[in-house]
Amino acid sequence: MADPMKIRANLVGDSTEVKVLMNHEMETGQRKDAQGKTIPAWFIQNVTATYNGKTVLSAQWGPAVSKNPFLAFKFKGGAKGDKVQIVWTDNRGDKRTDEATIA
Amino acid sequence: MLDKRARALAVTGAALLAAAAVSLALAQGSTVDEIAKYRAALQDGNPAELWEARGEDLWKQPRGPGKVSFERCDLGLGAGVVKGAYAQMPRYFADAGRVMDLESRLLWCMTAQQGTSDADARKGLFGNGNERKSDMEALVAYVTSESRGTKMNVALDDPHVREMYALGEKMFYFRGGTHDFSCATCHGEDAKRIRLQDLPNLTTKEGAQKAYTTWPAYRVSQGELRTMEWRLYDCFRQQRFPELAYDSDAAIALTTFLARNANGAAYAGPAIKR
Repeated sequence: MADPMKIRANLVGDSTEVKVLMNHEMETGQRKDAQGKTIPAWFIQNVTATYNGKTVLSAQWGPAVSKNPFLAFKFKGGAKGDKVQIVWTDNRGDKRTDEATIA
Repeated sequence: MLDKRARALAVTGAALLAAAAVSLALAQGSTVDEIAKYRAALQDGNPAELWEARGEDLWKQPRGPGKVSFERCDLGLGAGVVKGAYAQMPRYFADAGRVMDLESRLLWCMTAQQGTSDADARKGLFGNGNERKSDMEALVAYVTSESRGTKMNVALDDPHVREMYALGEKMFYFRGGTHDFSCATCHGEDAKRIRLQDLPNLTTKEGAQKAYTTWPAYRVSQGELRTMEWRLYDCFRQQRFPELAYDSDAAIALTTFLARNANGAAYAGPAIKR
């Protein structure tokens, strides 16, 4: 089980700014270990953000995204006290869901 | 006296030299600026927060055979008090009978209070990705983050701390190893660099403050959060000094010297570094 994400969501004017830090190795599949064996690729493939059951962001990621990725985006709408949910799935099928309250 | 042509040549030469110097200074200035911009851009999403969050959980968990959490650990301001504690460390702890920096104190709490064996407590002091997550680095991230904004205030009232400070100062200027290096060789002058990294001049108040208050830090190039003990350990390696033992008096003395010199500046870590 992966470590939790760190999510901040703030209402700015009429839109919500979301900042997410994810805990992930994001192994490219290009590196070799000390024995010369390739370290298998392991990275987040899909990221989905939902607000009130509606998808506000959907992304497909690849191995070029950095370790411990930081994602910032904003969407129109949102209200203080409401929740934003972020889900990621990696290429091993591991999944992590976290949510934050809009402040 | 120079004839007219020679004088004109000399003047052109001087002008050329000046132009070269200016462009060199500009190139260096812009690199430093760009690195500063890079750090500012990353500061917002500093992954150090992930370590802080994990450290906070670890702090509250019952640990070791004693099933004791760190909430019984006294960092100098009373058992379990974390807020502002880092800004006053290293300090003398009568229960342990020695001056300790944060890492040493945490090790002491793990062994003396939680009953973890010394060997187990020292496992994974430096993390390595998912294979070996370091509890120490997470705990340090949490504790230091609770001092963010607090003014550094390391007191030298205690004779033990004074002694460590003097020792640290001596070490800072001590030249040795295969390269005849001291800390001051790299950190005793302004505008020294290793490759493109500008090195802080730790002999000035401003330099010492800026450097000390931004450690621990998330190292982007390593994808890890590194503590002050790691910083010193790696400086020793770069100087080709003998390996610096974790939690040793040598490490604590140097930390005491650097921390005290940063007094008065607001602590700003855990920061982010390239």
